Amino acid sequence: MHLVADRLQKKFGATTAVTEVSFAAAPGEILGLLGPNGAGKSTTISMLAGLTKPDFGSVKIDGIPLGTGADPAKRRLGLVTQEIALLEELPARKNLEFFGGLYGLSGRALKQRIAAALELTSLADRAGDAPQEFSGGMRRRLNIACALLHEPQILLLDEPTVGVDPQSRNAIFETIEWLAAAGRTLVYTTHYMEEVERLCDRVVIIDHGRVLADNTLAGLLTNAQVSNRLTLIYDLPPDGAALADIRNLPGVTQVNLAGSELAVCAADLGVAAPRVLECLAARGFSCQELTSRRANLEDVFLALTGRTLRDT
Amino acid sequence: MNPPVTAFRALVRKDVAIFLRDRRALLVNLLTPIVVAGFFGFLFGGSGSPDTVSGMPVGIVDLDGSVLSKAVVADLAQDQSLKTESMPEARAQQLVKSGKLRAALVLPAGFGAAAPGALFGRGNKPLVTLLYDPSQSIVRPVVAGLFTQHVMQQLSLALSSGNGISVPFALANVPVSTGPRYNSYAHSFAGMSVQFILFMGIDAGITLLLMREQGMWRRLRAAPLSRGVLLGSRLAATTLIAMLILAVVYLVARVVFGVRIAGSVPGFAMVAFCFALLAASTGLMIAALGRSAGATRGVAMFSVLILVMLGGAWVPAFLFPEWLQRASTLAPTRWAVDGLDAMTWRGLPLEAALAPAAVLFGWAVLFALIAVWRFDWEGD
Repeated sequence: MHLVADRLQKKFGATTAVTEVSFAAAPGEILGLLGPNGAGKSTTISMLAGLTKPDFGSVKIDGIPLGTGADPAKRRLGLVTQEIALLEELPARKNLEFFGGLYGLSGRALKQRIAAALELTSLADRAGDAPQEFSGGMRRRLNIACALLHEPQILLLDEPTVGVDPQSRNAIFETIEWLAAAGRTLVYTTHYMEEVERLCDRVVIIDHGRVLADNTLAGLLTNAQVSNRLTLIYDLPPDGAALADIRNLPGVTQVNLAGSELAVCAADLGVAAPRVLECLAARGFSCQELTSRRANLEDVFLALTGRTLRDT
Repeated sequence: MNPPVTAFRALVRKDVAIFLRDRRALLVNLLTPIVVAGFFGFLFGGSGSPDTVSGMPVGIVDLDGSVLSKAVVADLAQDQSLKTESMPEARAQQLVKSGKLRAALVLPAGFGAAAPGALFGRGNKPLVTLLYDPSQSIVRPVVAGLFTQHVMQQLSLALSSGNGISVPFALANVPVSTGPRYNSYAHSFAGMSVQFILFMGIDAGITLLLMREQGMWRRLRAAPLSRGVLLGSRLAATTLIAMLILAVVYLVARVVFGVRIAGSVPGFAMVAFCFALLAASTGLMIAALGRSAGATRGVAMFSVLILVMLGGAWVPAFLFPEWLQRASTLAPTRWAVDGLDAMTWRGLPLEAALAPAAVLFGWAVLFALIAVWRFDWEGD
């Protein structure tokens, strides 16, 4: 199912939380909604889930506008909230029965869906235990299972890995990838760029309630003109002539020297790195330490906003 | 089954399951009203059996030692309403001050000589001092009355040559209620049930606020559920739990304390249901008006305690001043306590339950309307 956010706007009092937010997600696609805390991601998710009525704009599922309250279109949506919203006192199976019941499921159909959700989230052997006895990762997985019972075609995941250990995080990623492969439409909000890079087919970068960019990861890197980076440390810093030689090397886009640390930006590190090292060695400069880093979403965010994600 | 009905059932079942799941909290919810009501019932006279009447401890200081004063003291000692003890004045002062005696009578020197003349307006009246505990001022007129009665009897004996005069009537004490003999446990169970079920109603409201704070409310609203299903299920579940508590508390009251529904059983059920609904709608209103669980709990507790106090749950309303008795009819709790009293120890028919049930229902509807009006639907 296609999910479309069309010029969404929401104010809380005098504060504008979200303005002119538009994007679309297609079946089988994982759309990442990336932005720092307070960027407007959760407000956007609230409008996508039919929890909050936009002041302006609309959310459409396959062209049909989504309402709030008891709108039947909400059956097509599943929401995994940022908070772990579980009945801590009741066993996992009872939690699933409860959330299934909210969508009108009962009897054999409910039992089958519960078994499938437990299987998918690897919690079948703990179905009789209460979430308060679970690890953080298991609780997160159960939180996801509860949102899957009614087999929504669109799944909204609001920071679903907060406070999760690496092993559980991978298990959650596998579940998400399986759901996308099964043709579900997924919207994944996070402020962890690594998660977006790993999971998302397309990324919407949002900050101060506005969409700054909407593209594939490769497209974002290209459009934002960010490069891969080579960092070299020398006992004796390269002189001006050496730096001029490096700047003239093919593929090198930027050269900066700060003390004994030389930073070289290049489109293709595999080609540029040997040439830079050869050039400097020929002039008698001996490299003490070499590190390389591929351009990432952090660089894109920096290029777009002038701030890093972690600064905000 | 219809999806909204299935959802409604799931929401109600969830609340009841959580209530029953926590055994310790369940035990506290059920035991507290029983223990407190049992204690209050015992204090206010138990099951009303005559042999449970205990005399008021009163000190007697006879500074006169005359024939008349000795006779009066002996009469007072025979009175079942009193438990007298002769002692020096200083000790009487001390025991009244410390609350060990409710009162003490000091008969002055010359009492026996002056009293007969004073009866006919001759000479000065002897000054008898009544020391009393100000925290129990109700004993003052009782002791004064009994003392007057015994002095008059002894004086009449002394002044006449025959049998003297006595109180010119016999008094038959007939407890008037349609039901069985008065059982003070019945009143205390009504009062404490009202108090603790309202507390439970507050808890239900606070839980709703906590659901908001913990993200559960957001999760529920993601489902295609109407406001009616979301709030109605909460109202239904809390009403059901309140009815459950009432049933268990009154079952124990019946078995252990002999509290009977001497009036109309359907009337009792009607009052109980309307009160349970009131407790549930009180919770909803609290959830609608409250901002955070922590800040709301204290204010809600205070308000409920005032309502409970005005309702006569702690001290029977007939002990209130007249104006307060009239004013307290504005409190729904007064109608709840009176309604439960009417159906238990007063043994009144179904008609007597109609007014309390209607008032409670009216308040419940008002609270529910306020809750719906003020509820922040989009707030998480």
